[in-house]
Amino acid sequence: MFSADLLANAVVSGLLLGGFYAAVAIGLAIVFGQLDIVNIAHPAFVIVGSYTAYIFNTTFGFDPILVGVAAMPLFFAVGVAIYRLYYAAFERTGQESLSGLAFFFGLMFIIEVTLILAYGVDYRLVSAGYSAQTLSIGFVDLPGRMLVPFLVAMTLTAAVWLYLSRTFMGRAIQAVAQDRGALQLMGADPVRIKQWAFGLGIATAAIAGALLIIIGPVEPSVGRQYIGRVFAIVVLGGMGSIQGMLIAALLLGVTENLVSTFYGPSWSPAVAFGVLLATLAIRPAGLFGR
Amino acid sequence: MRGRGFWAASAALLAAGLAFTELADNPYYFNATYVVLQALIMAVAWNILGGFTGYVNFGSAAFFAVGAYTTIFLQKAFGLPLPLMILAAGLACGLIGLGVGYLTLRLKGVYFAIATLAMGIVLETLVNNWSYVGGAKGTFMLTPDEHLWFDSYSEMLFMIMLVLALGSIAISRALSSSRLGRGLAAIRDDEVAAECSGVPTLRLKLVSTTVMGAMMGVAGAPYPYFVTYVDPISAFNLFIAVNAIAMPMIGGTSHWAGPVIGALLVGSAQEVITVTISSELNVLLVGIMLVLFITLAPQGIVGLARKHWRKRS
Repeated sequence: MFSADLLANAVVSGLLLGGFYAAVAIGLAIVFGQLDIVNIAHPAFVIVGSYTAYIFNTTFGFDPILVGVAAMPLFFAVGVAIYRLYYAAFERTGQESLSGLAFFFGLMFIIEVTLILAYGVDYRLVSAGYSAQTLSIGFVDLPGRMLVPFLVAMTLTAAVWLYLSRTFMGRAIQAVAQDRGALQLMGADPVRIKQWAFGLGIATAAIAGALLIIIGPVEPSVGRQYIGRVFAIVVLGGMGSIQGMLIAALLLGVTENLVSTFYGPSWSPAVAFGVLLATLAIRPAGLFGR
Repeated sequence: MRGRGFWAASAALLAAGLAFTELADNPYYFNATYVVLQALIMAVAWNILGGFTGYVNFGSAAFFAVGAYTTIFLQKAFGLPLPLMILAAGLACGLIGLGVGYLTLRLKGVYFAIATLAMGIVLETLVNNWSYVGGAKGTFMLTPDEHLWFDSYSEMLFMIMLVLALGSIAISRALSSSRLGRGLAAIRDDEVAAECSGVPTLRLKLVSTTVMGAMMGVAGAPYPYFVTYVDPISAFNLFIAVNAIAMPMIGGTSHWAGPVIGALLVGSAQEVITVTISSELNVLLVGIMLVLFITLAPQGIVGLARKHWRKRS
């Protein structure tokens, strides 16, 4: 049962999986980590991204990743609109904790049920040339349906990291997380910056969704399994740190894959939530707390 | 509502329930009211923590499912009578609630909410892998033959649920109007200030999470007999958790009557829509109503009524 090449394969495919998790979690790392908005509907937006990729792939034959990139502006606009509503209804009146949470919970539910009403609960999948190919290095296999999402996820992570640390707007987003009042004194409008950042966070869901449906078939309630994963990753990564988030994502991917290889796939959902519970109970600041 | 009026109304409802089981024959009525009453207990229980102290619990379905699976386990292992199982489910979920209460020591606000969500999935995975109670395949429950003096088993379950619901409302009402309830409200408004003023916040939070857990477990205990087939997907259904949050939010979380009003209104609307239109649409409706109410009327129906009252006087 236990052998070196099985272990090596489990670790490598865990790393590929973890890289993909980073793409799902990065939007939340911005929205929850930097802005302190508990968007538990983020995985639901990822699923919307998957269905967008699915629709354009099956009707026009477009590549899912291209569809994801093309859908980003639309997702951005939706994100901005949702933030405006969230700000007007909750943040301005200081009710974001209880009502804000319930708001996103309801939003997640609405998205899921709408998708079920429109497309049913059947698993949907896309076809792309690279998903059937496999790259083999020694005894380690790198299947294309995992490798391509991994590479795209790494590109996305690097791009967001560069954006946040190099551009004016990116630094302003980090500033709004640290000290809202000081930012206002510098002549920047925190609400406009937060709305931009929220839009950016939702826009990444378009790409993450395309990657999700390349990796495997998707149905509307799949998003729920990702709630635990993405929050585990963001909290473990130390809230808003992009490097920390990436390391946490890779760690979770490898752990989950090892558990599913050696104990059976039915146990793997508990890994993320177990890690999350343990982190919250023992070290809420995460591995790389700010 | 003053003390005597409340008890008189409860006794009248109980008598009406008994009369209902004597007069009505159509089993649909009992099944529909059972579902509404089950949701009512869940909503009242959620509000004891969520409404009174402001800690949001997303894991309501997990407590409900543990209650249901306690019944399944005890039925398979010992074949106990239903009242004992309800008691055992209450105890088991009360203990889990106590554990959740200790989580509040370290986790405030959103972190607590996410932790309860995580707890739900961990418990679901455990049940999925526990083959004795059916695992992921689920399990069938046989309805016992005897049903006291009632015409059918579902009539008896309806009556049991009515008693449990009235009991939950009485407990919630007693909690909210007591010294303890004022302590809980102090935690909701400002936990640090409450602690500084000598409110024993940890003990109060533990009481509130334990009562909440026990009540949800009690609501889940008769469920296997009601549906006769239980699997993890139906018992841990997100819909149960959404209802438990939506009903108090729509009714109003600050008053004990809020979740009752919300549950009766939303629960009955769901039953009507399920029959007349479709069951998917009824699920969607709850989500939309939840979002609409918390954006437009954060104080719920109770809050709207209060505003209306003040304007008139």
